[in-house]
Amino acid sequence: MTVEYNPDQKIPHPAMWGVLYKSSTPFWEGVKNKKIMLQKCKSCGNLLNPPRPMCPKCQSQENEWITAKGTGKIYSWVTFNEAPHPAFKAPYAAVLVELDEGPRIVSNMVDVKPEDLEIGMAVEVTFEDVAEDLTLPKFRKAG
Amino acid sequence: MLQEYVDRKFRTDNRPPVDINLIKDKVAIVGVGQTKYTRDSGRDELDLACEAIKAAVDDAGLKMEDIDGFDTFTLDRLALPMLINSLGVPNVKFSGEISGGGGAGCSVAMHAAAAVATGQANYVCVYRALNEASGQRYGRGDSYAEYMLTAFTPHYGYQWPFGFVTPLGWAGVWGKRWMYEFNITREQLGWWAVVLREYAQNNPDAIYYGRPITHDDYMESPMIVDPLKLHDCCVDTDGAAAYIITTVERARDLKQIPAIILSASQSSPIEQEIQTVYNRPIISGLVETWYHGQELYRVAEVDAKDISVAQLYDPYSIGGVLQLEELGFCERGEGGKFIEGGDNIRIDGKIPCNTSGGLLSEAYLHGWNLVIEGVRQIRGTSHNQVKDVELSMVTGGPGVPSSGIILRR
Repeated sequence: MTVEYNPDQKIPHPAMWGVLYKSSTPFWEGVKNKKIMLQKCKSCGNLLNPPRPMCPKCQSQENEWITAKGTGKIYSWVTFNEAPHPAFKAPYAAVLVELDEGPRIVSNMVDVKPEDLEIGMAVEVTFEDVAEDLTLPKFRKAG
Repeated sequence: MLQEYVDRKFRTDNRPPVDINLIKDKVAIVGVGQTKYTRDSGRDELDLACEAIKAAVDDAGLKMEDIDGFDTFTLDRLALPMLINSLGVPNVKFSGEISGGGGAGCSVAMHAAAAVATGQANYVCVYRALNEASGQRYGRGDSYAEYMLTAFTPHYGYQWPFGFVTPLGWAGVWGKRWMYEFNITREQLGWWAVVLREYAQNNPDAIYYGRPITHDDYMESPMIVDPLKLHDCCVDTDGAAAYIITTVERARDLKQIPAIILSASQSSPIEQEIQTVYNRPIISGLVETWYHGQELYRVAEVDAKDISVAQLYDPYSIGGVLQLEELGFCERGEGGKFIEGGDNIRIDGKIPCNTSGGLLSEAYLHGWNLVIEGVRQIRGTSHNQVKDVELSMVTGGPGVPSSGIILRR
């Protein structure tokens, strides 16, 4: 099931990592609009994940953002049986989803218990408002 | 882009010639020192550092005023100027702080070696002090958050909001993938923890000295972050350790048998992140370890079968076992089978590993204790001395820009 939060604790916000927040702003703006956006090199078409200022294949700094289908498969996962951060209530799982476009991203499931997770499970994106200023892309079992 | 790793074909055409390597055979570790390893030092880290450094200087037969260089890696809480002011070192000509956290466990030795080999300094002190057990804990997301909000870890913004905040979680993801792809079992993994704990029973300095575990204890220990159990995890430690590096020529006039650096290497391959290395074609391996290992062997002109004893940076069991594969002590995917029963990594085994108890059972001193044990094996003074040691290997942490050294007599 989805992660439970402690309401009096602040969930780590991606803007805390300000160093590359500008490069990743389109991703988080996309999430607010219920889309997973992926950065794509305009010159060679390479998908850049995580987002970055230069394409490592062709060194172009021209890029665009495409909308991912939001479907993929579970590539791996872990279950936290003890909460390592006060904002989260254990147990909960973090999943590594391989999107159909190729890039792998970290997320949580909203409808599958940790003990029922399997590598290769087909999943699709859903969006959860976890705080006033934070929406996260999460996943549920596809179909 | 990592095809050479996938194919296990190391590209050598762009490597510096071995015959002009200024470190190889020309630099040595000549003094080692450490404090007591505890769970609550009750002291400042600066205080601990001073004690360990003084011990290393004394061990080498040097005076504090001889030291003219310092090296460490990031993510500690020591101000070098205060350290110098306390120690009474008159003037520091060389200092470095390498990024990468524990992966730089041997990079520090490499950089110090480069400094003395090129005449930037005479005696470089490589030091670490931490209150990991009683102070801020790297293994916990809450107390360590401020350390992790750095230019070095921008990708964490994609992960921490999901509660994906600790090294155990980060490593668990590639660990689970490795176990899945190669059918590595829980029973097999347990032997790493059990054998290291056996070593610790002969080492009075080890935190787990006097506290043995059986394989059953391992199997029954709680799952902290699936797939890692309590006994898969390193032991949070308060303490400090240091060692002194100088040229082999100067080492001849000093007190101890020098541990000569045969080769030293670093690696940060493309798509490296700080433990969250998930966008490589393969995540069930340690690319950075494979690369630095290939370079270590190339420069040393030796192979895995020539290594007498190894200290592998193991913040969690899987990080140690996977290095056995990437360093060529067994085939890829065979790490589980290799450690089954434990004999291959015991003192008379194919490759005795982490003979002081390692990070799991001696101390989690960010790898400094591993370097010191690597030196002891060369001197012949280990509590678990391997017979006829010729080459002693030490590595830096897995899943981060990593490093390694091979020592010889």
